[in-house]
Amino acid sequence: MIRLSIPVRQALEKLSLPVLIAAAFGLMLIGKADAVLAVEVRVALADLLSPIYAVMAAPLAEVRSTTADIVTIWDIRAENARLRVENEKLRRWQAAALALEAQNQEFKSELNWMPPAAPAFTTAPVVADTGGVYARSVLLAVTPPHKVVVGEIAMDDRGVVGRVTEVGDRSARVLLITDINSRVPVTMESSGAHAIMEGTNGALPVLRYWPEGSAPVDGERVMTSAAVGAFPAGLPLGIVHYNADHVPQIYPVADLDHLSIVRLFDYGDTLVEAPDAPPGRKLMQQQQPPAAAKSVSVKAH
Amino acid sequence: MDKTPGIRPRRSWGQRLDRAARHGFPAAITIAGMILLAAPFGLPGQAQLMPAFTLAAVFFWSLFRPTSLPPPLTFLLGLLADLLGEMPLGTNVLILLLTQLLVVRSRRYLPQKGFLFVWLVFVAVAAVAALLQWGFACLMSWVIYPPIAALAQFLLTAGLYPLLAMGFTQAHRSIAAPERV
Repeated sequence: MIRLSIPVRQALEKLSLPVLIAAAFGLMLIGKADAVLAVEVRVALADLLSPIYAVMAAPLAEVRSTTADIVTIWDIRAENARLRVENEKLRRWQAAALALEAQNQEFKSELNWMPPAAPAFTTAPVVADTGGVYARSVLLAVTPPHKVVVGEIAMDDRGVVGRVTEVGDRSARVLLITDINSRVPVTMESSGAHAIMEGTNGALPVLRYWPEGSAPVDGERVMTSAAVGAFPAGLPLGIVHYNADHVPQIYPVADLDHLSIVRLFDYGDTLVEAPDAPPGRKLMQQQQPPAAAKSVSVKAH
Repeated sequence: MDKTPGIRPRRSWGQRLDRAARHGFPAAITIAGMILLAAPFGLPGQAQLMPAFTLAAVFFWSLFRPTSLPPPLTFLLGLLADLLGEMPLGTNVLILLLTQLLVVRSRRYLPQKGFLFVWLVFVAVAAVAALLQWGFACLMSWVIYPPIAALAQFLLTAGLYPLLAMGFTQAHRSIAAPERV
């Protein structure tokens, strides 16, 4: 330790706050200029903390289930009655679904249907709900020799949750479909028209940019579309509902508030890629490589 | 630092360790709390809780134990808050350092005015902090975020302070007091 005279030390102490405030501005500039660095630091921290959260996960789950139990005990009678009615309805639907599946199999065998390749998936626990005040994302714990890559699609047991945006050795971050920066190309079930689902940072994303004449219908289902190659077609996303301002919102089918385990699907190998164009048209295609390169980089987000 | 001059026996290792632990308590409890609050409790408004806790802790300890929370440590706390809370880097660093600057300047007279006045000052600090956070978040990603998030942040931060201050005051008088060794 260097011995300094008292006045010098006092001067240094007085100076340290303004200098650090200036450093904070510098940090902001660095964070803005080099976004990759910020992401790397964040991933490193997440890697460091994910064992702690993994240890905490078991008691946390206990606490959460206990509180949930206490809440549900109050209205268990009404819940029972509702479930009985729903069960009845579902059993009828099950019969219908089984019949339709059998019929579908039959048709497929008639038509020599070529099934798409099944995607590989990994299952990972959600260890932290690290979405900040202005971001919606979750942190997953993954064990080191993993094959999780950026761009994989996260789903829970009901539907799409989001996409993997950052991957570290022990952790991966999933940007939820409700985040304000999330854009998902979708297909609407009734019209088959495409649209974009935008996150709002609230509980419900909104639909935008549908073609004229095929506005979303209240209550219809919305699925992912393979339009830009970021998603495979047909993954369930949610149900359309118009709010009071007549904006079509999506109620996500995935239980985004209570995520505990998600599956990460790697559609990278199974996405349909267009075969090479015939020789005559190849020339035309080669004239616009920058556009093609651009579309790939858009896909990565 | 010695407040009472005089000759006394050299401190034993245990005492020195005790003093160091007491000195380190404010920063340690703040970091532990931040990490804990980023865990998935599934509480409503949990995203707002971590920055609220951090601001309240830095405000309180800068006011009552400034030697335990030197500016470089505040810088690190802010960085941790930015990384955990997914804010643009530097936002919380700046807010916490500005808070500390204000508190250190007003240390002479603020604690004598009583708890209610201190809380009132903190409410004002929380309002500015929420506004700054929102502003920087918008500016850095060039999106207008719903301002209701900033309002929720402000209300939670302002409301959390009395609760935290109760616990911190107890700690301030007992576990975080190096002069009690």
